[in-house]
Amino acid sequence: MLRLVTRRLLLSVLTLFIVSLLVFAGVELLPGDLATAFLGREATPTRVASLRAELGLDRPATERYLNWLGNVVQGDLGMSLARRKPIGDLIGLRMRNTLLLGLTAGLIGLPLALVLGIVAGLTRDRRPDLWISTISLIFMTLPQFVTATFLILLFAITWPIFPAVTIVPPDSPITDFLPNIALPVATLVFVMVAHNLRMVRTNVIDVMTSEYVQMATLKGVPRARVVLRHALPNALLPTINLVALYIAWLVSGVVIIEQVFNYPGIGTLMIQAVHDRDIPLVQAIILVFAGAYVVLNMGADLLVTILDPRLRSMRG
Amino acid sequence: MSATVTTLDKPRPAERSRFKETWRNLRRSPSGMIGLTILVTHLVIAVISPLIVPYEPTDIDASILLQSPSWEHPFGTDSFGRDGLSRVLMGGRIALVITLTAGVLAITWGGLLGIVLGFLGGVVDEVVMRVVDAMLSFPSLFIYLLVISALGSSDVILILVLSITNGISIIRIARAATLGFVARDFIAAARARGERTATVVLRELLPNVFDVLLVEYAMRWSWMLLSFSSLSFLGFGVTPPTPDWGLMIAENRRRLAIAPWGSIFPMLALGTLVIGINLAADALAKAMGLDRSQEAPI
Repeated sequence: MLRLVTRRLLLSVLTLFIVSLLVFAGVELLPGDLATAFLGREATPTRVASLRAELGLDRPATERYLNWLGNVVQGDLGMSLARRKPIGDLIGLRMRNTLLLGLTAGLIGLPLALVLGIVAGLTRDRRPDLWISTISLIFMTLPQFVTATFLILLFAITWPIFPAVTIVPPDSPITDFLPNIALPVATLVFVMVAHNLRMVRTNVIDVMTSEYVQMATLKGVPRARVVLRHALPNALLPTINLVALYIAWLVSGVVIIEQVFNYPGIGTLMIQAVHDRDIPLVQAIILVFAGAYVVLNMGADLLVTILDPRLRSMRG
Repeated sequence: MSATVTTLDKPRPAERSRFKETWRNLRRSPSGMIGLTILVTHLVIAVISPLIVPYEPTDIDASILLQSPSWEHPFGTDSFGRDGLSRVLMGGRIALVITLTAGVLAITWGGLLGIVLGFLGGVVDEVVMRVVDAMLSFPSLFIYLLVISALGSSDVILILVLSITNGISIIRIARAATLGFVARDFIAAARARGERTATVVLRELLPNVFDVLLVEYAMRWSWMLLSFSSLSFLGFGVTPPTPDWGLMIAENRRRLAIAPWGSIFPMLALGTLVIGINLAADALAKAMGLDRSQEAPI
């Protein structure tokens, strides 16, 4: 058990290391460098040269990478090119806002996805399943900004219940965000529930058609007991891992949804950074998102290890 | 020689009857036919739209700003007085051309590499798959944004980035499909005949995994449309004033309260297109006897 956990931790650190390498090497391999990209049309040979010197671009790439990585490990994400401020200061509060959005959506969305997925799985190909599956397919295929704009149209304009965009500055207290997060959270929940309930449904169907569940039914075990005791524990375990996989996708969904609602989170900051060609800021935010994803994924894996007796007894 | 061949795997039915059978299965699926109808309608409109648009989609007219839908302008006009209907009819063309091109590139390089890896196996396969897994654990939106912040955005860059990121996922699918065939007799026979790797890959394996690749292409297409229109919505896709649905939704979103038609019609167009592709692709997978994998569009 302990070995399993240690191994998982090491794997997470390795994944983060590879991501940092990809994020750094990705920019190195593309034509041009930080200085020419940032200055764009305003690039004159002298300005490019002075910015290069300032950023230390004359040093070899490996040295710069190790330097950057060393600073990141110590919590120093570097300086933003466009804003001339330490990236840590820019990200801090916005990260809190994004977490508020993601956690609220997760707390509402995951139980909802479980319940709807189980209902759909148990009523396979009958009316409740057909309704749930069709509606989830629509929310899965529509782009998130279309879903978001649609919700604004309904609940901010036709029936003005919630604000359409957030006009609260990033550093205001959490309570100020409360009416504002309603629609972004709703969008995230719709999309997340649509994806996750389909996985729960597939797993429930797989288990319900398995031989040991049919055996239990044939033996005369009451249906409620078959479902709750025999089927669900096995059907839900694999979904924990799958849900973690979808978090990667959710993370990119947050970027677009924040932009739609002008929500002062880390996603809107990233889009502004891309517009400004502020590569160090873009790289830092990608690393932060990757870190969040790796931690969540690891948490899900460990949870499965703890919950699944078959894994608990396994050695390494 | 011919006697030994018949004792090996059952020969595949002739190409023509297989196509007919798929089509017959597809016609039996109501959702598939709905999807296909929507898809074909969109494609036809995209091709002929320059001939049928009532107005030039980029023509500005200051006397008809933000007009609500009417007989002259069924989809209203935007804040520049441009005709909504003309812009919606033309607004899918760039997205379709870019995603279809990127899709062909992605399925070609990803598919071939996947088949070769599945066929050869060994250390190279091991190493490449590790890299592929690392790349897949990373939302592709971030790759797009990183490249765009370094290089800026253009049609060529978008096609390349879309085909690279999607090709990486296709490697996995093609390799998995190939593994189901490499141990079969007809591959052993080809090896025994001393065929070159290229011949085995192109003549023996490719025809067998073609179904899987075709369905994958259809799914990738809808995901690429999502990616492209999202980038366009964020302002990294098409340059104004060229009409594009994602960009139009972003532009007209600010006036959602006073002129909602500016966003609603492009949303309907984009929404029906992706739903149509998905319905058609699902039905195609079922008609070919494949179980479409429930993968995340990341």
